[in-house]
Amino acid sequence: MTEHILRMSGITKTFPGVKALQDVNLSVRRGEIHAICGENGAGKSTLMKVLSGVYPHGEYEGEITFEGKRCEFSGIRDSEHAGIVIIHQELALSPQLSIAENIFLGNERAKRGLIDWNRTNYEADELMKRVGLRENPTTPISDIGVGKQQLVEIAKALSKEVKLLILDEPTAALNDDDSAHLLDLLRGLRDEGITCVIISHKLNEVIAIADAVTIIRDGRTIETLEMASGQVTEDRIISGMVGRALDNRFPPHEPTIGEEALRIEDWTVYSPSQPDRKVVDGASLTLRRGEIVGLAGLMGAGRTELAMSVFGRTYGVHISGKIFKDGKPVEIRNVQDAIKYGIAYATEDRKRYGLNLIEDIKRNISAAGLKGLAKRGWVNEHEEYRVAEQFHKSMNIKAPSVDAVVGKLSGGNQQKVVLSKWILTEPDVLILDEPTRGIDVGAKYEIYTIINRLADQGKAVLVISSELPELLGLCDRIYTLSEGRITGEVPRQEATQERLMYLMTKGQE
Amino acid sequence: MSSITPADVKKVGAKGDGGAPRQPGRVSLGGLSLNLRSSGIYIAFALIVVLFSVLTDGAMLEPQNISNIIVQNSYVLILAIGMILIIIAGHIDLSVGSVVAVTGALAAVLMVNMGWPWPLALLVTLVAGALIGAWQGYWIAYFGIPAFIVTLAGMLLFRALTMTVLGNQGIGPFPDQVRTLANGFTNGYLGNIGLGPLGGADLFSLLIGIVAIAGMVSAQWRTRNARKGYGQSVEPMGLFVLKMAAGAALILFLVVQLARFKNLPWVLVLLAILVLAYSLMANRTVFGRQIYAIGGNLQAAVMSGVKVKSVVFWIFVNMGVLSAIAGIIFAGRLNQAGPTAGNSFELDAIAAAFIGGAAVQGGVGKVVGAITGGLIMAVINNGMSLIGSPSERVMLVKGAVLLAAVAFDVWTKRRAGASR
Repeated sequence: MTEHILRMSGITKTFPGVKALQDVNLSVRRGEIHAICGENGAGKSTLMKVLSGVYPHGEYEGEITFEGKRCEFSGIRDSEHAGIVIIHQELALSPQLSIAENIFLGNERAKRGLIDWNRTNYEADELMKRVGLRENPTTPISDIGVGKQQLVEIAKALSKEVKLLILDEPTAALNDDDSAHLLDLLRGLRDEGITCVIISHKLNEVIAIADAVTIIRDGRTIETLEMASGQVTEDRIISGMVGRALDNRFPPHEPTIGEEALRIEDWTVYSPSQPDRKVVDGASLTLRRGEIVGLAGLMGAGRTELAMSVFGRTYGVHISGKIFKDGKPVEIRNVQDAIKYGIAYATEDRKRYGLNLIEDIKRNISAAGLKGLAKRGWVNEHEEYRVAEQFHKSMNIKAPSVDAVVGKLSGGNQQKVVLSKWILTEPDVLILDEPTRGIDVGAKYEIYTIINRLADQGKAVLVISSELPELLGLCDRIYTLSEGRITGEVPRQEATQERLMYLMTKGQE
Repeated sequence: MSSITPADVKKVGAKGDGGAPRQPGRVSLGGLSLNLRSSGIYIAFALIVVLFSVLTDGAMLEPQNISNIIVQNSYVLILAIGMILIIIAGHIDLSVGSVVAVTGALAAVLMVNMGWPWPLALLVTLVAGALIGAWQGYWIAYFGIPAFIVTLAGMLLFRALTMTVLGNQGIGPFPDQVRTLANGFTNGYLGNIGLGPLGGADLFSLLIGIVAIAGMVSAQWRTRNARKGYGQSVEPMGLFVLKMAAGAALILFLVVQLARFKNLPWVLVLLAILVLAYSLMANRTVFGRQIYAIGGNLQAAVMSGVKVKSVVFWIFVNMGVLSAIAGIIFAGRLNQAGPTAGNSFELDAIAAAFIGGAAVQGGVGKVVGAITGGLIMAVINNGMSLIGSPSERVMLVKGAVLLAAVAFDVWTKRRAGASR
């Protein structure tokens, strides 16, 4: 039996009015990869913040023992000094600085107060080799993809002589290749003796990589599963997370497919930052009423760019191509036009593009369809409230009232607010970009049900998703996009993960 | 960039069942619940008034002094109305002091030097204010230069223009009508009425006050009933009556004091109309809502179909017009347009907005809040000069109050975030 590098016992953390963690226990053995699973809001991130000193000693109850010593961290510096490094879901890199500068940020390689650039770049290069990052250390962070940025974060952690590495949703924003590389890297680090704690929603990855899984639900530890037995399946973990067996992750749906609602022909979009690069290249696609269509593609294939350029030219330059709404050619120059023609786009990045987080639910719901609630420029506030209250019920938004501030809702409930906002504009076509990103399993099911309901109301739905099982479970037809080109169109019956993956990588050799 | 991201805040803030978000900054006292962040400013105002009333042995609340506070600060309060809208949208305007000066100078040149009839001159001055706002709004909204820079340039440009127009000397006097607007009082159309021990008071002013109270109560009552009709929660009847009684008492007190001194100052009438109109605009119109949407999350506003550029353009045009109104009143009050008019007014207006609860990042704020913020400073100014404090001490206190108000705002927000 190997020794435990970390023991957290009886951790209780209370926020005004809420017990975020209640008597949580976590034991991690030296040199293992330990996964923490739980629905959003279960308390995973809070637990990690207790561990890393974001919540200093005294703000929580319970005991932390690291490397046999009791720890009372009063800040991140303390925990890093002890060898605990946390890498957050949203990376904390400075985009204008170079890779090397980022790696040694706050930990500069200096001689007599002056930065030793040779040593900085040399040591950065060594660390980059360890994490398998082939780039020049002087390249600015903004010039490398998010997958490589993740590697920079890990290199940064290694530079601090990390003993326990905590990764919060490390592969959430990565494509499959980058994810695979990252998981390989974590295995390599494990072999070097670095212990990892990984928080992940991607259960297949957890199964593939973890030695043990601790499941947290509603701020309590539910169980710790040993993976060595080989008995643990995704469904087993899911049932622990939600407290019930999820035998069907997708609601059944029989489509009634009608007339063509939206057709895009020969759509080409150039990148605003590199105006000679085609991001979308001659793409054509058709959406019909009552139909749920998927758009599959790897990160960087141009999925979001395609959607946003169609939605009122909110992305890209030198856009060319034709859009037909109900068979008639239309000119969509801005978001107002798109809304007028009955097109809605729910963004993949809710916090940045979708919601006014400091505003309440009702005003977020009415944000895009406010004109429909107004007469001669005057908003009917009672009608606004009534409509919002309707969505509150029909979408099952979990909040005490529609006066609750959106920023405090969980991801799933925020997504429901975004969907409500667009449904209020009474669109014929809904483009849903990653509609279940960062949403827990139970809420996903609800979102799928809502999508089915929209299709049944005769709306055309385009779902963009990185999760192939989601597209397979939800869509009637799936387009694949690779390097900006539509490389395939697969009906539901013929779609398999392998087939889609083949089409999604076509032309990338 | 901080290593703690908004995502984490969200996860912590929500319960496992996606449950009820907490309402921090709320004090609950046996069924009465009070949002500290939004009502703190009014409580603070009341406390400051009480404090100075005590310190000045009641001189603070003498009829003439109340009238003075309103008339002496009306232009800053008018500027604060425009400024709060700009700050809600996430911008700033440093040029308003200079715009006050240049529009006052223009009005003076038109009326005094060129002998234009005063209504026409006022109209042209307001249009000039709009054009100045349009000039700045164009660079900010359509050209994409930060408002800080554009209006800093405007501060210099329009001051220079003022000096050029005036040839570096004051121009006056203004026609009587303009002076009355800035400095005068409504006529005692209905004569005086005896109020027992309080002495005589202007009947017309009192009637206006009673009409205002009736209007307030009936509007609030209708809103309350409509809310109930739509199945919304309303405050308990007791609290409603209490609030209405407090509001009525406040208006009545103000009006009685003013009626005892002279009559209603015209600027108070103007100010009341502006506050009412702009409050309604901010809360009840699509345009007003879009200002909040832009300040709350610019990108999300764009993606929701808000014509961001046009909205930003028009709030600067609006600021220009309000600056022109303030400019006319200020010049009319001094009976002269001078080259240094409006110096540092922008800072007073900005301070009023922030003391009144505007958020530094935009998206939050109220017209009534900004007016209250302006009045807090006005009362401090007035009260401290009544007790004979030197001006440096007044400045010191005002600075401390501004810092404390924003610190309070940040503090309540941090508590709301809980995990930051």
